[in-house]
Amino acid sequence: MSIKQISVFLENKPGQLKKMTSVLAQHQIDMRALSIAETKDFGIARVVVDDAYEAANILKENVFVASLTSVLAVAIPDEPGGLDKLLDVFDKAKVNIEYMYAFLGGKEADHACMIFRVGDTKAAESRLQGLGLHIMSNEDIADL
Amino acid sequence: MERYYQETIECASREEIVRIQNERLVAQIRRVWDNVPYYRKKMEAKGVAPEDIHSIEDLSKLPFLSKDDLRTAYPYGLLGKPLKECVRIQSTSGTTGKRVVAFYTQHDIDLWEECCARAITAAGGTDEDVCQVSYGYGLFTGGPGLNGGSHKVGCLTIPTSSGNTDRQIMFIMDLKATILCCTPSYAAYLGERMREMGYGPDDIPLKAGIFGAEAWSEEMRREIESTLGIKAYDIYGLTELSGPGVAFECSAQGGMHINEDHFIAEIIDPDTGEVLPEGTQGELVFTAIDKEAFPMIRYRTRDICTLTREKCSCGRTHVRMSKPKGRSDDMLIIRGVNVFPSQIETVLLNHGYAANYQIIVDRVNNTDTFDVQVEMTPEMFTDNVGEIEERQKKLSDGLKSMLGIKAKVSLVSPKSIARSEGKAVRVIDKRKI
Repeated sequence: MSIKQISVFLENKPGQLKKMTSVLAQHQIDMRALSIAETKDFGIARVVVDDAYEAANILKENVFVASLTSVLAVAIPDEPGGLDKLLDVFDKAKVNIEYMYAFLGGKEADHACMIFRVGDTKAAESRLQGLGLHIMSNEDIADL
Repeated sequence: MERYYQETIECASREEIVRIQNERLVAQIRRVWDNVPYYRKKMEAKGVAPEDIHSIEDLSKLPFLSKDDLRTAYPYGLLGKPLKECVRIQSTSGTTGKRVVAFYTQHDIDLWEECCARAITAAGGTDEDVCQVSYGYGLFTGGPGLNGGSHKVGCLTIPTSSGNTDRQIMFIMDLKATILCCTPSYAAYLGERMREMGYGPDDIPLKAGIFGAEAWSEEMRREIESTLGIKAYDIYGLTELSGPGVAFECSAQGGMHINEDHFIAEIIDPDTGEVLPEGTQGELVFTAIDKEAFPMIRYRTRDICTLTREKCSCGRTHVRMSKPKGRSDDMLIIRGVNVFPSQIETVLLNHGYAANYQIIVDRVNNTDTFDVQVEMTPEMFTDNVGEIEERQKKLSDGLKSMLGIKAKVSLVSPKSIARSEGKAVRVIDKRKI
């Protein structure tokens, strides 16, 4: 199963990210992970939060352009070669990764959580079944 | 000594000019009534017929034409001659995407080129001169108009068109160009480039420049004159009336002489349409009394200026107009090209986006910069940076094809564009002209 990530448009100028985090803070939204893709003019903040739907609504009410994107969140053992083994599966299945980022500090202390945006989420997910990896759900994320 | 291209008419007595205008106006209104149903309907709606027009005193009885009429009547609705008698079109951008397409018979081309020849002669041009035309050639009237005028005067004409600055400079230096025709901002840019290359005003063979199609200040004139070592002359015109040469500066440089044997000028109150007395500032309105294919009657230019009939020391008797001081509509002139905010709106809407935008125009190193900021909308947004950039590029291409000049499109936060009393500020023009 995939989780929902919020993607937020941010102009590439001072203070824009802070505007977003202030809104999230005011509404007691807890961020799990954050990554930013930037160009010269603008950026997209990709945020994993405890309640993605709630956060998206709050951001829209506060005049942000935000959308929900399905991403895969996978807990992998925090050890050498951990990511490599996972990517080996994607590689063999010719799954294209558009972007990815990671965070530590999940419930499983010896695991890192990897977030993947892939071309075909469903196909990638089925490849990961039966490998003993923990594919996280929205509930898992909320629970962290 | 002042030179004239057509001295008899350029220096004719006031009575003679009025006589010509009366005769041509009466004939023109009859022709338009007979051949242009669109304008005839406007006349009928105002209750005026050709029988009511005896002289230029009756001009104010006639209805106005505006850019909106050109759009409504696009493309053939204002044609005064059968298409088979037309030999050329020129085109400029219209208000909401429909371009203005102006038609010319051979007579119209000759008339236009003669007007340009008068301008070149007034700037001191003769058949001994080498005239480099660095206005764009093509649909834009600048290149073709001055090119024709230069031929009529007998100058050796270098049709470089716009762009490729180093090649422009090579021709100026190698072929010893003495007259330069282009937009004032391009002249300033050329001057700077030549200075960088080590050419001083005494090294440059140019002696005069004919610059128009955009607003320029006296400071800019002095700057161009000193870097290029020339005398810089202003020229005025619009595609609807033929192109450059409707009015031009003489050696006295106290306004531009309007070619009154072809164009009758009026100044009106832009709000009421009432004709204002000489010397009062208002909107310039033209009636083309001699043009065949595209006979504009009381065409509202939207340019704000004043007229004077005071005697000019150059000997010409035609009325002079001041440099336009502004516009009575929201049209911008950017790098010599007409830009209406509504055109940007059209492009945005055509792409399925909301029309929340702001135009920021500035002049950096004597060249206009043109930025269009567009507020991000949910329709335009995706999680994919490449896709957003692709959309940004498509918008930019859409603007280029609508306007003919390149705009830098920036995507900004929603509701970030300044609003004044609830209304978004569409244009910020930082140019100091």
